[in-house]
Amino acid sequence: MSLQVPTMAEMIAKGESPDILFWVGCSGSFDDRAKKITKAVVKILNHCNVSFAVLGTEESCSGDPAKRAGNEFTYQMQAMMNIQILNGYEVKKIVTACPHCFNTLKNEYPELGGNYEVIHHTQLIQDLINQGKLSLEKNETFKGKKITFHDPCYLGRANDVYEAPRKLIEKLDAELVEMKRCKSKGLCCGAGGAQMFKEAEKGNKEINIERTEDAIETAAHYIATGCPFCNTMMTDGVKNFEKEDNIKVLDVAELIANAAEL
Amino acid sequence: MNIQLILFLLLSICGLGFFSYNIWKIRYNIRLGRDLNRNDKKGERLKTMLLVAFGQKKMFSRPIPALLHLCLYVAFVITQIELIEIFADGISGHHRVFSDSLGSFYVFTISFIEILSVAAFFATIIFLARRNLLKLPRLKMKEMIGWPTKDANLILIFELILLTCIFTMNGTDEVLFNRGVSHASDIQGSFGFSISSIIGPLFFDSMSNSSLFLLERMGWWGHLFMVIGFLNYLPYSKHFHILLAFPNTYYSNLEKKGKFENMESVTNEVKLMLDPSADPYAVDPNAAPPSRFGAKDVNDLTWKNLMDAYTCTECGRCTSSCPANITGKLLSPRKIMMDTRDRLVEFGEGKRKNGKEHDDGKSLLGDYITQEELWACTSCNACVDECPVNIDPLSIIIDLRRFLVMEESKIPNELTGMLTNIENNGAPWQFSQNDRLNWANEE
Repeated sequence: MSLQVPTMAEMIAKGESPDILFWVGCSGSFDDRAKKITKAVVKILNHCNVSFAVLGTEESCSGDPAKRAGNEFTYQMQAMMNIQILNGYEVKKIVTACPHCFNTLKNEYPELGGNYEVIHHTQLIQDLINQGKLSLEKNETFKGKKITFHDPCYLGRANDVYEAPRKLIEKLDAELVEMKRCKSKGLCCGAGGAQMFKEAEKGNKEINIERTEDAIETAAHYIATGCPFCNTMMTDGVKNFEKEDNIKVLDVAELIANAAEL
Repeated sequence: MNIQLILFLLLSICGLGFFSYNIWKIRYNIRLGRDLNRNDKKGERLKTMLLVAFGQKKMFSRPIPALLHLCLYVAFVITQIELIEIFADGISGHHRVFSDSLGSFYVFTISFIEILSVAAFFATIIFLARRNLLKLPRLKMKEMIGWPTKDANLILIFELILLTCIFTMNGTDEVLFNRGVSHASDIQGSFGFSISSIIGPLFFDSMSNSSLFLLERMGWWGHLFMVIGFLNYLPYSKHFHILLAFPNTYYSNLEKKGKFENMESVTNEVKLMLDPSADPYAVDPNAAPPSRFGAKDVNDLTWKNLMDAYTCTECGRCTSSCPANITGKLLSPRKIMMDTRDRLVEFGEGKRKNGKEHDDGKSLLGDYITQEELWACTSCNACVDECPVNIDPLSIIIDLRRFLVMEESKIPNELTGMLTNIENNGAPWQFSQNDRLNWANEE
């Protein structure tokens, strides 16, 4: 079944207004690995008949990397242009699979006139399961497997969301194993604060290697992530240890979509 | 007036006077920071202070040092009750002025203080061992070499001396009481204090009355002297946290940690740029000259950043949890706080001596904190989360980055590319905005 991805412009033209806007983000739109996460989210939204839309070509960078890099001008230009579009469509609720966009839209847009209810995709999927719209009963895809969850800094520490992704993993009939550094003590993957776009400063180790070691220690079969940047960093880390055959790095949305056989 | 009273008053007045002067200087320095409103949500602030500072909540993520620290903290707070009597005795010329009037409650209070003091004594010894024998990595890092290490040891030694004074005072007085010659009472007997009634006879029984009287006075004066000395040492020491932990947690950032401050000065300019009908010349003639974007020196930081710097006790939990530091990068959030304080002391001294316009040609950025340190930060908030007194090193790092980027265009090359891409294509990579929905039709 092909994906149904209505844009905001199409919806409005038809005189409809979706319940929720899916903010795809730059990674989710352009990065080959992250695009798969985006599609997994859409599969879930389609399966549950969620009324949603994307901005499509009207979407632009949230401005997060510019703000963290210290360029408030570029950030605010982006934010104000996005807010103009979002407010123009009278958007009330936004879901995104990128914790960086999530944080910026949720916490930093209000002061520039953008007030929305913003949720992370793991929170939306949890709601869908709770409402009975998505069932993972009798799924055996991950039965007996160990899954560890790597907390994205901008979801966990920055916004205190620790439970939604874990609740989803528990629904998979798999064993959730925690790394020694987890939740509020979780170690960064190394990509935040605009580090994703530059070489690391001089040191004796890459941060994603340090973090991948934590994950390998748990003997997990899957590293679950909730952020496209973390996904890249952990995937690279696993490759570095040549363990890509034993450990898969998947977004929580992909785990759920696989289990639900979507 | 007897000589003891004169000495007592002189010591107290000079000690408190000099302390007040130093507090005034620190207050002056903190107020050099830029404005920030932290007077909202008073109830939530009070709750945060009670939990984090008074209740030591965040210490307990590392239980062993937390427990040892709790011994010292509780003993320190409760021992202040004894200080009330020392002051009352000092002024009135009495000996143990509350012992008769409070009766058994007095015995209970002093006994309680003694038990806590023993716990504090052992905790102090373990702390000294952790620093000097076990050589805990986070207490031995680069930024701790020299004065910071000495400072930490000095405080612990002060505490040992102070506790020794208390037990000397109470122990010798106990033996004198046993002999019926204590100034506290005409009768013969025992104070019945939990610890000193045991160790007093054990250590001091062989001494003559006159030696005991002398030692008792030495303990009493020693205690007072240490307290006043300690008080005046605080403003120069990392140990100042025992006072500032309370206001510093009260004025905590109560927003989500991921939310960075919105720069109003930038908002105004961006609005002008985006609004085609705006008249760029319609600037309010009374408006203040445009402020500096970001922070170069301590006075560009907020007063809360500066209070943070004075509150830091250099425990290094921030640094030991920093992903950049763990992987060998130059950045240490603790050093950011120590540098900020050192620079602030220097900066404030210059302003007070040479007038408000004085410029010593130095700055926090460059002379203390390097660009390499700033660019190693992943903004992960681990340091902010770790700090037991809610210090926020990240907001200083970001403010310094802002100055580098917006005022000096000093930014790693790859990031210049990233910013250009955002400005031109609306994405940090070189993809066209028109291709943003292509994923929906790809297999």
